Amino acid sequence: MSRLRVQGLVKGYGNRQVLRGLDLDVPAGSLTAVLGLSGCGKTTLMRVIAGFERAERGSVALGAHTLDDGQTYVPPERRGIGYVPQEGALFPHLSVEANVGFGLPRSERRGSAVHDLLEMVGIETLARRLPHELSGGEQQRVALARALARSPQALLLDEPFSSLDAALRASLREEVHELLRAQGVTTVLVTHDQEEALSLADVVAVLRDGTIVQQGTPAELYERPADAPLARFLGAVNLIPASFEGAAALTALGPLALREDSVAATGAGTVIVRPEQLEVRPRTGDADGAAGGLGGRVEQCRYYGHDALLEIRPDTAGSEQLLLARVLGEHALPAGTAVTVAARGPVSALG
Amino acid sequence: MSSVAADQRPAERLVRFGSGWRRWPLAAGAGAAIASGLVLLPIAFLVVQAQRSGWGQVESLLLRHTVVTLLWNTLRLAAACTLLCAVVGVGAAWCVQRTTLPLRGVWAVVLVLPLGIPDFVVGFGWVSLDHGLHGYFAAVMVMTLSLYPLVYLPVATALANVDSSLEEAARSLGLGRWRTFWRVTLRQVRPAVLGGCLLVTLALLAEYGAFEITQYRTFTVEIFTEFQLGFNAVGACVLSLVLVLIGLVVLAGELTLTGSSRGTRSGSGVARPATRATLGGLTLPVLALLTALAALALGVPLYALVYWMVKGGSTTLPAASLAGALGRTAEFSAAAAVLASALAIPLASLSVRHRNRVTLMIERLAFVPMALPGLVVALGLVSFTVRYALSLYQGTLELVVAYAILFLPLALVAVRAAIAQAPARLEEVGRSLGAGQFAVWRRVTLPLIAPGLRAAFALVFISSATELTATLVLHPTGVNTLATQFWSYSSNFAYGAAAPYAALMVAISAVPAYLLSRRTTVRPEGGAP
Repeated sequence: MSRLRVQGLVKGYGNRQVLRGLDLDVPAGSLTAVLGLSGCGKTTLMRVIAGFERAERGSVALGAHTLDDGQTYVPPERRGIGYVPQEGALFPHLSVEANVGFGLPRSERRGSAVHDLLEMVGIETLARRLPHELSGGEQQRVALARALARSPQALLLDEPFSSLDAALRASLREEVHELLRAQGVTTVLVTHDQEEALSLADVVAVLRDGTIVQQGTPAELYERPADAPLARFLGAVNLIPASFEGAAALTALGPLALREDSVAATGAGTVIVRPEQLEVRPRTGDADGAAGGLGGRVEQCRYYGHDALLEIRPDTAGSEQLLLARVLGEHALPAGTAVTVAARGPVSALG
Repeated sequence: MSSVAADQRPAERLVRFGSGWRRWPLAAGAGAAIASGLVLLPIAFLVVQAQRSGWGQVESLLLRHTVVTLLWNTLRLAAACTLLCAVVGVGAAWCVQRTTLPLRGVWAVVLVLPLGIPDFVVGFGWVSLDHGLHGYFAAVMVMTLSLYPLVYLPVATALANVDSSLEEAARSLGLGRWRTFWRVTLRQVRPAVLGGCLLVTLALLAEYGAFEITQYRTFTVEIFTEFQLGFNAVGACVLSLVLVLIGLVVLAGELTLTGSSRGTRSGSGVARPATRATLGGLTLPVLALLTALAALALGVPLYALVYWMVKGGSTTLPAASLAGALGRTAEFSAAAAVLASALAIPLASLSVRHRNRVTLMIERLAFVPMALPGLVVALGLVSFTVRYALSLYQGTLELVVAYAILFLPLALVAVRAAIAQAPARLEEVGRSLGAGQFAVWRRVTLPLIAPGLRAAFALVFISSATELTATLVLHPTGVNTLATQFWSYSSNFAYGAAAPYAALMVAISAVPAYLLSRRTTVRPEGGAP
């Protein structure tokens, strides 16, 4: 299991630069997700790491071996990096067995090694089938087994679940997660799905405009995103103006405790309050129940079953900003309800 | 997220000649350069030959009276035949695909089979049974009966895939049955009709044998005569260039016409399968018409072959020479098929994998032989070898190269479709699994494009085996193929001796004609075209 390092990577096509000095550090044995919108350069990054494209500048290294640095270039077949492309890309003329055994020496292609791999991904009964006879999920399993067959030093997964339907995606995701954890192989997962990145990965690296804008654990990224667009990309968010005083941020929602690494903030700024950090209580009677909270009215309620997202317009005159609050499904409130909103800290100051 | 979208990644649109680590595009580039060189060679040397004699002589050759006559003969024949083929082809296709005609499956096969009989054999069949048959009328009839399947086939396929919901929408908008047919149905299959007509016109420009038999003088017949009788090389070259020019004008005209009539489906609704019109009282007349068509196009030539074979009997049939001719034909055709398929691989992989302006132009260039009559390619190669490589003149290689150039477009279509089915991504996955470039080519690419290569081989083999004109010009002295033997016997009115050679050629090309007809009747399953 080796650490994968990409440093100062520059890569473009024609006049268009896709990756501009990208740094990525994938700890040995970790599952690192590279999260980005389509067209941000995710696939290009994968192709350079796998060796299908050469870096223009910068370097790629796996463990102690330099794979590509302008002088050295190790061709894909000698990198020891497994690759699971979108939709599997199984060889259509080969059976499941032959697909999985493709990378093995001739003598092992028909042996127990292939059977063990098929068993590992739970499709040992499909050994003789051809790819077009498999479902989408089964194809992905074959592609994974095929990539793991050579015990690669690192594994690249390019949006492996994006073509599957929601239910299958969730279960296969879990299974693959378990499997990779057990194998302990250094894995890079490319995805545009923030939920997938946050729930699967040990480390998430966010790719935007050809560079990694932030890298950290899922919790770090969610709680302390580097900037407002990133905060919104990772989930619904309230960006609330605040003035900082010591360990507290003074906001329209009252004083909120700051996270430790945000304490240094001074003057005026913005804090990040996730919708689930807001507590919403219906106001009873016409008593001004704004004590310990902000008065407002529910404008819209989006009900998802397990929870509901409320859009609340504060009573404060001149307040244009709607507040987003997530409540349990059973606590959903119809539009028009007068409410009191309070926030639970701690919160982070924005960049 | 489909593989189509993925194939258009910028990486794959990039051509990288000469970047050492990816040698495949370099090899493909070299192969494509050789292929386009071969395609251009005959035309180039016709020009060289014509130029050498001086423009004054070219001018006097072009302003001859005969040229006007030939032009008139060729054009009025092309116009009448193309129109007739269009009417017969579209009509028959509509009856089979869109009406309740009985025995549709049988008709779908029978109506395509005339494609398997070489045009000069159809001409031979008619004229050998009725010696009075010659001139304009005979030429138009023989060629229409031989060539209408070229319109029928694409139109039948297009009609089977027509979206009937458009027709229903037109009816609901107040158009009657006939106006719907004209304004909606025909409009949807227009590219197929035009494509078929293009093939018919080009075949007419290239045809020699059938017109020689029916004694109708077109450009091609005159070129052949001038070359053969007088060895008037310059005259033949000049006339050939005019013929090439007409061919290219026709090709360009078709491109402009189809360019403006591409039928794309809008909306995401699923196309409804075609509905069928009830023939009712017209059933019997339509059946009679189709039976007559099949009898004239298929029955008469086949009857003539059987008749002459029985009549000729054992007295004129030298079995050894028949086997010998078959052997030589198979050798030459197989060599040409291998060469054409091999040339098609780099052309197709460049145009599919590395699409840009240069590769697009190279691909278009490779389709130019469609407008080149076999005779013109042969004369171009003759003028090249006579001047620069006399040792190759009338050698086996010259004939094989001529076939390969002529039928390169057929090979290219087949291989191109196959390579489009073998995405570059699979090769990359193969590399990441530890297989080197050559191993990936052998273990992934080759098996994937093998069906396309087989199809290319079969198409070129069959076309070469039944080719007459270039074969007559280029066949090595003293070596006879099926076509040359047939021709020398039938020109001497030894019909009994000629018939077995023709029958063998029909047998060779009947198989693919049958398979083609099956392709239109059986709808493809799944997405793979």
